[in-house]
Amino acid sequence: MPLYHTDDQAMLADTARQFMAGEGAIAKQLRHWRDTNCKDGFGHGLWKQFAELGFTGILVDEADGGMGMGHVEAGIVLEEIGRNLTPSPFLTSSVMAATALGGASAELKGRYLPGLLAGDSVFAVAIDEGPKHRPERIATRAQRAGNGFSISGAKAFVVHGGSADMLVVAARTAGADDDADGITLFAVPKDAAGLSQDAVRLVDSSMATHVRLDNVAVDADAVIGEVDGGRELLGRMLNAGRVGAAAESVGVAGGAFDMTTTYLKQRKQFGRLIGEFQALQHRAAHLYSELEIARATVIKAQQLLDAGSDKADLMVSVAKAKAGKAAALAVKEGVQMHGGIGMTDEYDIGLYMKRDRALAEFMGDLHYHADRVARMSGY
Amino acid sequence: MTDLDAFRAEIRAWLEENCPPEMREPVRGDDDLCWGGRKFQFKNEAQKLWLERCAAKGYTVPEWPTPYGGAGMNAAQAKIWREEMHRINARPPLSSFGIWMLGPALLKFGTEEQKVHYLNQIARGEIRWCQGYSEPGSGSDLVSLQTYGEDKGDHWVVNGQKIWTSYANKADWIFCLVRTDKANKYQGISFLLFDMESPGVSTKPILLISGNSPFCETFFDNVKVPKHQIVGELNRGWDVAKYLLGHEREMISGAGGNDRLNTIGAVLARSGLEDPVLRAELAMFDVDALAFSAMGEKFLDEIKVGKAHPAQPNMMKYAGTELNKRRYELLMAGGGSAALEWESEASDGGSRARAWLRTKANSIEGGTSEVMLNVIAKRILDLPGA
Repeated sequence: MPLYHTDDQAMLADTARQFMAGEGAIAKQLRHWRDTNCKDGFGHGLWKQFAELGFTGILVDEADGGMGMGHVEAGIVLEEIGRNLTPSPFLTSSVMAATALGGASAELKGRYLPGLLAGDSVFAVAIDEGPKHRPERIATRAQRAGNGFSISGAKAFVVHGGSADMLVVAARTAGADDDADGITLFAVPKDAAGLSQDAVRLVDSSMATHVRLDNVAVDADAVIGEVDGGRELLGRMLNAGRVGAAAESVGVAGGAFDMTTTYLKQRKQFGRLIGEFQALQHRAAHLYSELEIARATVIKAQQLLDAGSDKADLMVSVAKAKAGKAAALAVKEGVQMHGGIGMTDEYDIGLYMKRDRALAEFMGDLHYHADRVARMSGY
Repeated sequence: MTDLDAFRAEIRAWLEENCPPEMREPVRGDDDLCWGGRKFQFKNEAQKLWLERCAAKGYTVPEWPTPYGGAGMNAAQAKIWREEMHRINARPPLSSFGIWMLGPALLKFGTEEQKVHYLNQIARGEIRWCQGYSEPGSGSDLVSLQTYGEDKGDHWVVNGQKIWTSYANKADWIFCLVRTDKANKYQGISFLLFDMESPGVSTKPILLISGNSPFCETFFDNVKVPKHQIVGELNRGWDVAKYLLGHEREMISGAGGNDRLNTIGAVLARSGLEDPVLRAELAMFDVDALAFSAMGEKFLDEIKVGKAHPAQPNMMKYAGTELNKRRYELLMAGGGSAALEWESEASDGGSRARAWLRTKANSIEGGTSEVMLNVIAKRILDLPGA
């Protein structure tokens, strides 16, 4: 399959681009919710509009009422989200939780998917237990109790946890903390007894929670997929989140880059447009090169994932690492090339820097994924 | 079964039957490649046979039209051809500047007669070409070139000197930029073809830091070039040169090159990798290398359908050559003192050290990295005054 968008995908990109640039614009969403100190950090009205456009069900099977599309299409929406810094629960709900629910029973799908498709429900994923992404180590335990399970443990920095109607919780039903096997995924409703969350606002104005699970009782039918055999489904959910975050990073980078090159063509110093200076031209050209490569890597990973290729794991990590690297460069160069004004809150370029930092950590940073590439390559 | 599936089956069967086992061994250096030409010594019978079999089917240049020696494959078929070649690790039957550089320029700018004549020779590996571009005073500022062709009615008389002419001493013919109008800088250059055995042509290999001499100084002393050996219009050779440079930059970038998926970390790990900092650097490099392989694939896909920015080869050249220099720095670091060996049999005549030094030219030849960045800034980013 060629590494560019099909006509249908290009049409979807047009729709997403117009929508995010209009309804999802920085002034209308990110700044608005930040400046009104919103507890969600995003607007539920916009989430309903996502649903009307079909975005919320983009990865949900047609048989389940969704669009039945793939990671390329989800990435198209995410790239525009990134470009406009549009806050939304799309990545956690429609990409990650939806991927997990794809492997759930008909009963669970029936319970959660209609709310997602309608834009009424928000989901979060509770995997990591510390400040760094370490899904290999899961200490949160779920023990059989009565008809179901009792879950105890703690999850850290759960994005949108406080806004979520349901959390996908990765817990251990067997084995030691670092074992690959013995993982089970649970759909835990927000009002489950014993579930408590402390909200934290992050640098990019998004909201996360620290989740405590204290003998949270769930029925057996809250299990997503298989008991003890959840590592594979967890892996699928992680891949979806990683390649999705990479696509959003490419959008963040593209937005910062466009702002910056526009500025280079407007700002004058020493009687010349600063874009005339070769010191800046070369850096901008290098950045362009890095962004192009990141974009190619992301679409390659999306296609491999959609095709179910056994090379997808490797390329997803390459994509998350490369997109993170390129986006970090884009926002750093963006602020530097804007000069003093780039340090002001009034200018948007700093918002790109903040979002990039949060996205970099989400589902594993450059270091985590470079290490993973090395391990998968046999060293 | 779709047409493409049938095509794949046909290619697979043909390769199975016709690609000699010796031609499925990895290429260890330029020495293992078949460059063709009047003076070429085949390394073995298999190499000769492989060239002849491919040439007979048009497979040395699968995408060229059949009247010009190609197989007339479309983009999808050519991709299948590459994939099937890759699957059995087949060596390219023929490597040449004729295929990579002159051929595409002739396809675009040549007369029908030139196409039939020169392209078929290239496809069969009969004539080996070299490129006469740079001059001692005209490197990055190529357009200032001084080699002059004086109009003598039915021919030009060419005088001057070229430098960095790759394999000029092994080539049969040269495609050469010659000034034919001293009053016009850009529109005073013509693109001429002539035989390196013409009276007045001489070459002198340049010894490089690698200890090898892939480049020559090339001297023209009253060389007679018939008028029909011009490609494109008189004084418009710069257009041909620019077009051709795009192909050269694409080639040097390594896009579409064979096996890039074998990460160097994995290669070095086989001989033990004890330094965690080096391992980390390798991992970072492999991220970039695997990412660039996706870029190469995307670039070729987009070129086929005209979606690539016309200046994109400059980006590919920049990124690909900088990456290759990093690759060899790491290979040297991974090899330790053993990588320093210059002559021993164990080191294959110091092949790693020599290759490391060779890569330093990647970001100079065919347009320096700095020139590539200038072009990106001007033509893609549209920055002011660039």
